[in-house]
Amino acid sequence: MEIDPFIFRLSIFILSIFVGYYVVWSVTPSLHTPLMSVTNAISSVIIVGAIIAALSSNDEVVFSSSSVYGFLAIVLAAVNIFGGFLVTQRMLAMYKKKKKDK
Amino acid sequence: MSANLSAILYLVSGVLFILALRGLSSPETSRQGNLFGIIGMIIAVTVTFLSVGNFTSGFIYVLIFLAIGGSIGAFIAYRIPMTAMPELVAGFHSLVGLAAVFVAISAFINPEAFNLGTPGNIKLASLIEMAIGAAIGAITFSGSVIAFLKLQGIMSGAPITFKGQHALNALILISIVVLTFYLCSSQSPSLFWILIAVSFLIGFLIIIPIGGADMPVVISMLNSYSGWAAAGIGFTLENSALIITGALVGSSGAILSYIMCKGMNRSFFNVILGGFGATDQSSSSQSKEQRPVKSGNADDAAFLMKNASSVIIVPGYGMAVAQAQHALREMVDTLKKNDIKVSYAIHPVAGRMPGHMNVLLAEANVPYDEVFELEEINNDFANADVAFVIGANDVTNPVAKTDPQSPIYGMPVLDVEKCKSVLFVKRSLSPGYAGIDNELFYRENTLMLFADAKKMTEDITKNL
Repeated sequence: MEIDPFIFRLSIFILSIFVGYYVVWSVTPSLHTPLMSVTNAISSVIIVGAIIAALSSNDEVVFSSSSVYGFLAIVLAAVNIFGGFLVTQRMLAMYKKKKKDK
Repeated sequence: MSANLSAILYLVSGVLFILALRGLSSPETSRQGNLFGIIGMIIAVTVTFLSVGNFTSGFIYVLIFLAIGGSIGAFIAYRIPMTAMPELVAGFHSLVGLAAVFVAISAFINPEAFNLGTPGNIKLASLIEMAIGAAIGAITFSGSVIAFLKLQGIMSGAPITFKGQHALNALILISIVVLTFYLCSSQSPSLFWILIAVSFLIGFLIIIPIGGADMPVVISMLNSYSGWAAAGIGFTLENSALIITGALVGSSGAILSYIMCKGMNRSFFNVILGGFGATDQSSSSQSKEQRPVKSGNADDAAFLMKNASSVIIVPGYGMAVAQAQHALREMVDTLKKNDIKVSYAIHPVAGRMPGHMNVLLAEANVPYDEVFELEEINNDFANADVAFVIGANDVTNPVAKTDPQSPIYGMPVLDVEKCKSVLFVKRSLSPGYAGIDNELFYRENTLMLFADAKKMTEDITKNL
């Protein structure tokens, strides 16, 4: 009997929840704000779907009813990707250790 | 590009995202982690371009739109003040939610592009996944917009409650399930649109009864939702990078919500059902007897601190509002020059989002090894000379440990009262968010400093 590919995806999903659970518990509380901004940035990998949607129409019509939603989603996800990663970087750059001479 | 190769590369980017979160276990590895995240994203986007393989005029437009969104995002990221981080994160969540809705709509209109069947004849499993992704995305969007408006102060932070609220919400949630069921049997586009509209509505209704200081829970919860929405779309697109990321973000947000709820000793449902301040106001008005408080000025405060050998600083949301973090750091620098040991104590729910205070202190160049969490530092209060409470209130209230009648009873609090003396910077004696009086105000060893947090801190520095 063949296993439905859905089951494989479900396995990935469930295992990732466990990975996420353990990885996030190990995040130091002082970095919880960067954690939120970086999870926000990576969840914008939904741009993958947006790109497929935007490029779904044929060559003559770039903007069809379905691709327009794709293009809109690209803009939203791109704001998030660039905004999320850059603001995280900006925050992380501020976390400094005590200078040794003190 | 072959489907197998792209699937493997998506997996690689999923693993890089895991490493990005893993890096956040300490500030030293965090910057490298962020880099992993960026590489993962670049891989995912590149693979998508190569596997679609459509490099016609549409591709140019994709790049243009990508550049537009990217420059807006970069602009925001560089300009945003650190105090506005909760609003920013709420705003960003709303964008993820809306993007998920748009992708779902596009897949519903044109399922052929995603290999999901034809319009009106979409594979059942895909349709369910699509509906779930769209519904959670819509809830994330409208909920985050409300959270954003409340944090930004455009909308009042007070909980908005009305009669029959819970019944209405329950009814709408049931209708979402029913709609999804009929959508699957009829494939009707109008049902799909109604489903999305109803989900927008419920997102709005869920967040309006939640008050301002519960925002740490709300933001974490919406963070979690945005992850589940992404995972739903990931199932639709059969994309492992999206599924992995969605699961990571979903569990991350859920854990943060849990930590925040625990920090307030409240159950998740208690927060979600809303109206903390609203229900407890009656109890606070009864106990409003006039009791004597000691109040002082910057000179007194400076005198106390100068004669101390160790000082613990307890920052709260008020410090963020007054933008006092830089003034505070300058005060601490002066104290350190006088050989006074200074550390910072952060309550888990201080501020408006998880880790909010830590970021503000980091912005003011406070080294992170001087900043401690509640469990790490709570025993040190007994040995410290001065506790300097700036902008915090409920999280220092000893009532939480002594009075089982109090609404905040059982909440973990900082043992500020054990210090030899407590300096409490506050504008007035008004109760905090929980609507109850702070016992600490009336203690023998407490000196109230009635002023704006920033101005008071600057004045103390001058007097040191």
